[in-house]
Amino acid sequence: MEKLRYTPFHERTSALCQPQNWRRWAGYFVVGSYELTIDREYWAIRNAAALIDVTPLMKYMIKGKDAANLLHRVTTRDIHKMSVGQVYYTGWCDDEGKLIDDGTVARMDETTFRLTAAEPNIRWLMMNAVGLDVEISEVSDSVASLSLQGPNSRVVLNRVCESDLDGLKYFRLIKNKLGGVEVTISRTGYTGDLGYEIWMDAKDAIKVWDVLMEAGQDYGITPVGILALDMARVEAGLFMLDVDYTSSGHAWIESQKSSPFELGLDWTVALDKPGYFVGRKALEKEKHEGSAWKMVGIEIDWVGMEQLYAEVGLPPQIPGTAIRASMPILVGNVQVGYASTASWSPLLKKYIALAHLQKPYYELGTDVRMEITVEHQRKHAPAKVVKLPFYEPEWKKK
Amino acid sequence: MTNNNYDAIIIGGGHNGLVAAAYLARAGKKVVVLERRHMVGGATITEEIIPGFKFTEFSYVVSLLRPEIIRDLKLPQHGLKILPLPSTFTPMDNGDYIAGWDDHDTTRREIYRHSPKDAEAYDEYGRRMARLAKAIKPILGMLPPDPTSLSPKDLMGLLKLGQFASTLTEKELYGLSKIMTQSAADMLEEWFETDALLGTKSASGIIGTFLGPRSPSTAYVLLHHYMGEIDGAFRAWGFAKGGTGGIAESIASSARAFGAEIRLNATVKQVIVKGGRAVGVALENGDEIYAKAVLSSADPFVTFLKLVDQKYLPDDLTHSIKKFRTRGSSGKVNIALSELPKFTALPDSNVLHRGAVSISPSIDYIERAYDDAKYGRFAKEPYVDMIFPSMIDPDMAPPGKHVMSCFVQYAPYDIEGGWDDTKREAFGEAVISTIERYAPNIRRAIIGKQVLTPLDIESISGITGGNIFHGELLLHQLFFMRPATKWSGFRTPIKGYYLAGSGAHPGGGIMGSPGKFAAELALKDGI
Repeated sequence: MEKLRYTPFHERTSALCQPQNWRRWAGYFVVGSYELTIDREYWAIRNAAALIDVTPLMKYMIKGKDAANLLHRVTTRDIHKMSVGQVYYTGWCDDEGKLIDDGTVARMDETTFRLTAAEPNIRWLMMNAVGLDVEISEVSDSVASLSLQGPNSRVVLNRVCESDLDGLKYFRLIKNKLGGVEVTISRTGYTGDLGYEIWMDAKDAIKVWDVLMEAGQDYGITPVGILALDMARVEAGLFMLDVDYTSSGHAWIESQKSSPFELGLDWTVALDKPGYFVGRKALEKEKHEGSAWKMVGIEIDWVGMEQLYAEVGLPPQIPGTAIRASMPILVGNVQVGYASTASWSPLLKKYIALAHLQKPYYELGTDVRMEITVEHQRKHAPAKVVKLPFYEPEWKKK
Repeated sequence: MTNNNYDAIIIGGGHNGLVAAAYLARAGKKVVVLERRHMVGGATITEEIIPGFKFTEFSYVVSLLRPEIIRDLKLPQHGLKILPLPSTFTPMDNGDYIAGWDDHDTTRREIYRHSPKDAEAYDEYGRRMARLAKAIKPILGMLPPDPTSLSPKDLMGLLKLGQFASTLTEKELYGLSKIMTQSAADMLEEWFETDALLGTKSASGIIGTFLGPRSPSTAYVLLHHYMGEIDGAFRAWGFAKGGTGGIAESIASSARAFGAEIRLNATVKQVIVKGGRAVGVALENGDEIYAKAVLSSADPFVTFLKLVDQKYLPDDLTHSIKKFRTRGSSGKVNIALSELPKFTALPDSNVLHRGAVSISPSIDYIERAYDDAKYGRFAKEPYVDMIFPSMIDPDMAPPGKHVMSCFVQYAPYDIEGGWDDTKREAFGEAVISTIERYAPNIRRAIIGKQVLTPLDIESISGITGGNIFHGELLLHQLFFMRPATKWSGFRTPIKGYYLAGSGAHPGGGIMGSPGKFAAELALKDGI
């Protein structure tokens, strides 16, 4: 009988997970947090090296003469401009230009790509591959992946990799050997920090984990669960499927759907690329007419919020993790949008949120108010639309 | 000495009759329900056929019982509990199985084992069907408008229907038009490739009909059954505590609490009509009972052709009712077990027994079963939908023992040469040996069994043809055409005489809507 799965790292992660705080991710159990409080895990991402099990990502290998053509057709990026060893972040849309999912495309060689996704997409890929010389296979279970994120991630990897990573640029990938095990390493991640993702055969998972944990011992390597990751990704201005947007394939009603422009992915929509791609017409129209909504960052004004709490004699009460809930955003007394994830940023010492605002309120610098609950009463804390990402260290791309 | 004057008489104490009685009593009316048998429930009954073993005799699951009826009649206070049926398990001929569980991830994994494409299609298909069902479901909650009528009421109704449809995208509207005409097989094959998944899904398209999965219009039947699933966790297929008889008991208890009287062993012989108006009924024992209105929850055949003199009815109506498709196509085998059947496909688990087990290895398998029935034979290898009530409600069997309910299709009412004991026995045997192929210990586990052919269903419950839905749920027998064009509105050509059973809109299944609608209409008519 089918059950929820454990990742190939489970033997190690389960031994370390003190609070037995498990979360579900794409049919797998993953660690929510390893420690009783998540502060150390968060700071490992920002100050040392965080080791995160990201195996549940959906992974597809796309091979063949037309592999690039398929991805060029399905995604919004200009795949033909991609060189071998390059990784693109991209979304993909339906015919109406609404986002189905997002992930990364890595060009392994001329005719081989690896696509990651949040949700199953094999049917969509196959429907678009009709008549193309391409072979699509799912490797979600057979390829394990670890994310090593934080300023010390490179030095840790350099200690155990056959070839060093000093020359590996942001969003590039190399084949490498790690502790004697064949892996591919991409300079990617979900934290907005210096970081790498290591892709390996599932049977080598424990070996790679052990090698990294040992090599990182003197560099502050810390196993990190997805709760701390959730805080870091908000700081990095990165959204999440099913939290910050709904796949057009899942939406019950039209207004639940989002276009890439509405999510701030303008830079990933290559309207200048040649030929047809799914959603092109609708996206061209939206580009021309402007988007009705935009996802933006908002910063809640701490002093203003402090006052609302002070009125009842309390200091501000902010949870220590990211909040995944819909919080109304107002201008005057009119609701103009909502925040989908909010988080305290321990590094910035700010309360921040990813928010979806209607035109014209999404312009930078707009003053808005976000609904908060102060001692069971609805209040509205002053906030401002700010540029994303909230946090971007200089070493992220260096 | 009973006073034999009432505001309303309800003929038949099935779930619809009881619902009608409860609503009328709730409105302060003096109501009597006349039930032919020694117990209420009609086709919604639980009986202890073998001491200690409670059989949910005919209908066995519930999904469509209207939530407003549950609330209005306070059914939970009268014992109603609808317990979850968390899975559907289909054993396959190669020794494997395919199952749907109540969890998205495990179901996806399970289907993925057989076909990654089907695993994804399953999600998409579910959403498509749910959206379509959502668009047309409000029809179940309204009186069906007649599209040929220009009366403001009908026009408003049609407009409302149009509004529901306008929530659909162009793609979905095309899909809906296709579903209205397609066969279940054609529709499902557009989505899936795994035989056992196709077989199991297609079964919803043929239940209660005398059609095969490759017959046109069965796609709609499938959608009709989907409506029970669209409210997600709030409402899904379930099993009522105490079996479906538990539902009837709770409605009866509610009706009594509102002041309704329920008379058992009271067979109605005829409706008394005076001056073109129903004024009461005559019982077989000679008693006469009078009322301002008579609501019949019997099937359309009984209601129009048996209980009233046809001189009161227009010819086209009697003609339509004579031609109303109400041939039973399914039987029931209820079994008392000393142990659970062990399915070779999953021998070490009792988890699957909490849900449904479906013998439906492919569409062709079911279509072949239909072929038998088409020519007047019961299916030698039938489609069987099993549940184990004692695994869901432990009070259904003695501790350590079990009961098993098998819905079996096809068993034609008009079997060649007519049903007799030998054929019934052979039919039961065909079912047991079909199950035995997948669960070899079944035979030795049997303590006793009850085999019900459509003829038995007819003779016990009184439903003509033994069709549990009081007439097949086919598109041409639904909405403004149920049970006949021009007479879909619960009223009949005889003033004060109403159709309040599953033969009226919106149709069969333990829904309660016909009873509620008819009662509301009678109240509106000022009884």
